[in-house]
Amino acid sequence: MTTAEKTTLGTTRTGRAKVKNVFTSPWASAMAIVLAIVWTIPTFGLLVSSFRPQKDINSSGWWTFFANPNVTLENYQQVLFEGTSVTPPLSQYFFNSLAITIPAALFPLTLAVFAAYALAWFEFKGKNFIFFTVFALQVVPLQMSLIPLLQLFSQGIKIGDTTLIPDLGITGTYIPIWIAHTIFALPLATFLLHNFLTQIPRELVEAARVDGAGWFTLFRRIIFPLSIPAIASFAIFQFLWVWNDLLVGLTFGGGAKDIAPLTVRLAEMVGTRGGGWEVLTAGAFISIIVPLIVFFSLQRYFVRGLLAGSVKG
Amino acid sequence: MSTIRNRVVALGATAIAASLVLAGCAATEETTTEETTSAAAGSTGCEAYAAYMGNEGSEVEIYSTIVSPEADLFMESFVEFEDCTGITINWNGSQEFEAQLPVRVAGGTAPDLAVFPQPGLLAAMVATGQMVAAPTDVADSVAVNYTADWKNYGTVDGVFYAAPLGANVKSFVWYSPKTFADNGWAIPTTWDELLALSQTIADTSDVQPWCVGFGSGEATGWVGTDWMEDIMLRTASAETYDKWVSHDIAFNDPAVVTAISEAGKILKNPEFVGDVASIATTTFQDGGAGIVDGSCAMHRQASFIGGILAGDYAATIVTPEDTTVEGGITTFYFPGVSADNKPALGGGEFVGAFADRPEVAAVQHYLTTPEWANAKAALGGWFSANLGLDTANVADPVNAVAVEILQNATTFRFDASDLMPAAVGAGSFWKEMTAWVAEDKSDAAVLDAIEASWPAN
Amino acid sequence: MKDFAILAARKTPWEIVAPNLTVLVFGLLAFAAVIFLIFILAERASVKAQEWLKYLVFLVPALLLLAIGLIYPAFRTLLLSFMNADSSEFIGFENYIWAFTRPEIVTVMTNTLTWVILVPLASTVIGLSIAYLTDRMKRSSAIKSLIFMPMAISFVGASIIWKFVYDFEPNLKKTDIGLLSAIAKALGFTPPNWLLEVPLNTFLLIVVMIWIQTGFAMVVLGAAMKNIPDEVVEASMLDGATQWRRFLLITIPMIRASIVVVVTTILIGTLKVFDIVRTMTGGNFSTNVIANEMYSQAFRQLNYGTGSALAIILFVAITPIVWYNVRQLRIERSER
Repeated sequence: MTTAEKTTLGTTRTGRAKVKNVFTSPWASAMAIVLAIVWTIPTFGLLVSSFRPQKDINSSGWWTFFANPNVTLENYQQVLFEGTSVTPPLSQYFFNSLAITIPAALFPLTLAVFAAYALAWFEFKGKNFIFFTVFALQVVPLQMSLIPLLQLFSQGIKIGDTTLIPDLGITGTYIPIWIAHTIFALPLATFLLHNFLTQIPRELVEAARVDGAGWFTLFRRIIFPLSIPAIASFAIFQFLWVWNDLLVGLTFGGGAKDIAPLTVRLAEMVGTRGGGWEVLTAGAFISIIVPLIVFFSLQRYFVRGLLAGSVKG
Repeated sequence: MSTIRNRVVALGATAIAASLVLAGCAATEETTTEETTSAAAGSTGCEAYAAYMGNEGSEVEIYSTIVSPEADLFMESFVEFEDCTGITINWNGSQEFEAQLPVRVAGGTAPDLAVFPQPGLLAAMVATGQMVAAPTDVADSVAVNYTADWKNYGTVDGVFYAAPLGANVKSFVWYSPKTFADNGWAIPTTWDELLALSQTIADTSDVQPWCVGFGSGEATGWVGTDWMEDIMLRTASAETYDKWVSHDIAFNDPAVVTAISEAGKILKNPEFVGDVASIATTTFQDGGAGIVDGSCAMHRQASFIGGILAGDYAATIVTPEDTTVEGGITTFYFPGVSADNKPALGGGEFVGAFADRPEVAAVQHYLTTPEWANAKAALGGWFSANLGLDTANVADPVNAVAVEILQNATTFRFDASDLMPAAVGAGSFWKEMTAWVAEDKSDAAVLDAIEASWPAN
Repeated sequence: MKDFAILAARKTPWEIVAPNLTVLVFGLLAFAAVIFLIFILAERASVKAQEWLKYLVFLVPALLLLAIGLIYPAFRTLLLSFMNADSSEFIGFENYIWAFTRPEIVTVMTNTLTWVILVPLASTVIGLSIAYLTDRMKRSSAIKSLIFMPMAISFVGASIIWKFVYDFEPNLKKTDIGLLSAIAKALGFTPPNWLLEVPLNTFLLIVVMIWIQTGFAMVVLGAAMKNIPDEVVEASMLDGATQWRRFLLITIPMIRASIVVVVTTILIGTLKVFDIVRTMTGGNFSTNVIANEMYSQAFRQLNYGTGSALAIILFVAITPIVWYNVRQLRIERSER
């Protein structure tokens, strides 16, 4: 940056102090706090409702709770511990959600960072076309992929009489869910990571190449370590999207209760013919906890994270 | 398997099963004949299940719209069957059943048994070629235990596929006997009396005559179709109703115009229902709540709303004679044009198979028997059109009335929207009824739009 | 309460979890082992072999999965869009003609357009503002977390949350459980039936989506801002630029690429989203959008023909945006 070179040590120091001053103006803070509060009010209403008895939820607004506090833990008790063979307690669904989400975040990220590396740094014909296609695939509504993918998992792929992929016998396990999530995540993940990887300084890559590093060593020694923040921040989003997914889990779980994620259970709680707000409020709150923990623990990666490289300069 | 022998065994076992159920119900009775019912079930009760033996260690998936807590009662009703036959039944309920079933069938992961809430969907699934026609013993059992009408709903193009499971009766007006008694209102027996009573309530009390809610997420409007159907069955003949369902008369036929304009006398009258447009955004569950807290006098809804009002709104289901209970609710028959005109509208579920395995057939067969129907009904909140269902096992007074209607009604018709093509029955009919109240769309415009949406063939 | 002891005892939680845990551990280990092995072997391969191995390892797996899971279904959808409801015969362009001649089409298109313009715009503007306001602010993580929270909530949860905001009580004698109605009454207005008021209802549904997506915009743009060198900011301050001018003239141009990416991602997500409309109004009251209509046609009314045609229309509608993005990327790359 040419402007940066102009600044002397002295002006930098005063400048930094001034910067801080303006940025932390009470006006800015107040604005941010107000926005944060407005954003949280609806969720706060849910939290309050989840501690209210059923009758109160149906008959008065959640804000009246403060004038007339009537606390119950019954909703949480019911959601967490009252299980049957049809509806095991929520704890089991927790495990399933984790067992689905962890691989379904790791697999697509690995494949996407591979593909992004290839599209960003390999020189080959049709590169732009492939990148364009991958990007455009974000648009395909995933509902349209459900039937073809299910057929793949249950029957394999056949063209005429030749079997390209046999029936793998994986229906009813997590594997189809992992694969489906991986496929659906690839376009966006590849697109975003590609943006990041193209920002890695060319000199760095070329220097390594001159030193005799092969494409694989280059990836392992330079590209991968540099892209960890980007991967981590995308991982958070992928984790959230998979954790909150209902459709893929429902479809590719093949109806097996033993592997259904939390959202499937939550959707069922609405009851056969609706109603049951009190259980839903508590259930919804429980399902938010894990994503929030993930967000808090990986938050620092956002600082350098996703697309950090896409700043011009 | 010899079906004749099976049936004899099954009939012989009826008495035992029924007595077991009754013993389980009447806890006060000192029964020494069945010692420790549940523990002994494994050995003594098992003769009743001889017909389904030979499938130990197998599993059957039942896919359905029915989720907890109702699903738990189904599982409970299977326990003995499972213990005796060694067949494990996996009940898989999902709210997304209607969308997911076609996907699973096309994707090659069809369930063993599916519980169809609409015959229309059954027909669409039969068209995929993936369904298995009901085995002879299932067909025979249904022929004995159900009326021809019910067997007919599970039949597509002359082939019988799906056996009836649960049922509901829709021709009910829910009300609070206490509110009625306190105000001195009499139960109307004709449509005109019903309108007159509504006017009286509007004029003389601060209670709103009707509470109506069409809201049901993406299915918003189905309550409106039920109103239309129930009135159609009264203002037109049953034959006309059938022609309407099969599109032998147009959707904007004069007979249908009459029905919607009669419905409008209540649904579009602000004096009776309050803010008409709000009907569209009031959920059908909330719609019924008004009769529990006394803010409304009447609520036309199927038998099942009782369970919801009891569960979520602290209502108690009572008999019409019981006029003292605060929050007590019950039903009167949705009146016909004349007092002796008593057609009934209802709905139900049907169990069809996608797998041709003996254990699947065994489960499908068992579900058609009066033994299972009685056992299931005894657990509460449920009934079916099974002719062998003993009303003594149906504790809920409203459901008991419903069972009598199912077994005795001279004119019973199935929910029309469930029989119509999905583009109408799960599409334009819902949407247009919603627009009818929400946007005050005219009767003619509503019917014309539905007629236009009817699929070409 | 009924006694479900018999039922609960059938399988212990451990009996269910154990095989699943095995699959999970095995799946993760196998994946890691394969990657590890490939790298060990490939790094030892000759330079010549690496030239083609690199495509096989880095590019082919992703492309293969995309071909099976998205490209083939996309072509299948295209094919189905020219067929009748149960895909048994070809009917030419009839589904497309149907789609464009429905009386509803104007409303659906207008609504979809409103969503696609407002959601990315508002989410990005608000997300950007919060990112800017909290940039270099001490202890801003609490604020950021609160804004981000809706992203952690599933659509099922979100629909419950917003029911308690938009609920309307027609009976004047009953108390409101909807926050908006209560606020309106407290301010002396008569609340309308929120979800019935056209076009207000579409905007109210859009608010839900903005509420969810702002966290995404804030996080991504916040990260981009952190990468603006201090020196740049300082220099502009020395030039005497006001905070507002600095935001417009320095910050925004510096993170322009990130903004384009955020807008595009949210825009595509918005075009595809239908859960909000489906659960809150069911597409009634003139709030329908293409994605919801597509879902309804294909999965409720079991008409794969019309459903597929709508999916294709959706696809075509997004293509210009994709094209614009790719062009941007090319320009940027040539600038480097």
